[in-house]
Amino acid sequence: MSATVTWDEFTEGIWRQNPVFVMVLGLCPMLAVTVSAVNAMTMGLATMFVLVCSSALVSLMRKMVPKEVRIATYIVIIATFVTVVDYLIQAVSLELYEALGAFIQLIVVNCIILGRAEAHASKNPPLPAMINALGMSIGFFIGLFALGSVREILGAGTLFGVSLFGSGFQPWVIMVLPPGGFFVLGGWLLFFSWMGRRKQRKQTEKLAGVSGHA
Amino acid sequence: MTDQRVIPVKHVPPPPPASPTVGMIRTLGLVSAICGLIIVSAYQSTYDAVAANKRIATERAVFKVIPAAKSIVEYAALPNGGIQKLGAGDTATPSGAVGFFAAYDEHGRLAGIAAEGGAKGYADTVRIMFGYSPACQCVVGFGVVAMRETPGIGDKIIKDREFLANFAALDVKLTADLSALANEVMAVKHGTKSNPWQIDAIAGATITSRAVGRAINDAAQALLPRLVPKLEILQKAQKS
Repeated sequence: MSATVTWDEFTEGIWRQNPVFVMVLGLCPMLAVTVSAVNAMTMGLATMFVLVCSSALVSLMRKMVPKEVRIATYIVIIATFVTVVDYLIQAVSLELYEALGAFIQLIVVNCIILGRAEAHASKNPPLPAMINALGMSIGFFIGLFALGSVREILGAGTLFGVSLFGSGFQPWVIMVLPPGGFFVLGGWLLFFSWMGRRKQRKQTEKLAGVSGHA
Repeated sequence: MTDQRVIPVKHVPPPPPASPTVGMIRTLGLVSAICGLIIVSAYQSTYDAVAANKRIATERAVFKVIPAAKSIVEYAALPNGGIQKLGAGDTATPSGAVGFFAAYDEHGRLAGIAAEGGAKGYADTVRIMFGYSPACQCVVGFGVVAMRETPGIGDKIIKDREFLANFAALDVKLTADLSALANEVMAVKHGTKSNPWQIDAIAGATITSRAVGRAINDAAQALLPRLVPKLEILQKAQKS
């Protein structure tokens, strides 16, 4: 296996296999913490840290982990970095820590991370594994931010706590409640699948046009 | 049967794959050691910042319920009636004791007492902090420490002006023998408040309002009978 890092390895998680909009993974924290843009970004960054660090360590140890205990090993490694992130967030801001609640600890069981460890990091050298993990977590970050910003704008009339519409705006409270998470996620999924369809249609039209000329 | 015994075994079954037990234990041991090291170093390096953050959060909560406060000292009211000063290093109050904060103004005079309380709300426990003024024997400030009440409904207890007006002077007088509250603090239906110890609930958020009432009542009931006889000590404590 070559150690070359391809651009594709990085962008895979951002677009073609976006964990949120394409693979629809990790929805539990996704729906629960995205009531504001700041919460969503913190969750995204925390997940990014855990994903990149655990991928690096899993990849470094990939040749010495017997396959019988690989899941246990991955979970211990992931849990370690989650604990580190837990302390870091407490050190940065307790308010943020309270807002994210149990979902920081629950990163341990986020299927994106275990999935990356099993499917990619355990089979690739550290550098490509980290690059891939970074791409994947940027994809997750974008997904979280897309939900968090829309929900905050509609549900509270603010973005990053800055009021957007003045005092006359009546917040759509449902958007910061759990159903709002599903509404916004549904909206984004619709948008991305529409984009995918359109791209596909254009490609077929292009192909048909080429063969028509020939 | 018998002749099978004399025929030498020609076909030796392939040896079972070497038991990976040793390998597994070695790997798990190594992983645990590395991970333990990472966790301990993260804990050590963030310890001070986390402790400072917690202290700032507490101070901010106390200053909010007692605006005149400039400095705070943490105390515990012991079950035997005594009070004990808690240092910065003490994280837990002694068993059976009720923790509270004595807040002093810029001249070192006792500005008020702040204490935490909690009661089950609509979604989860509503944890609140209230300020007690010895001068009027009433609650003079109120803040929310933590809650998960419904946004737009239960969480009005933070901002609703009418509701917060309840805590301008909420009566928590003790009985003559200082053994209990003279009147139970409780939330009543919106618009029916008739006594100074009642809390006018927010219309539509009665459950959360009641939780606030219960939290203040329970905390005051536990703390004030122990605290009030000792107020003299607290008043002098800062000057000495």
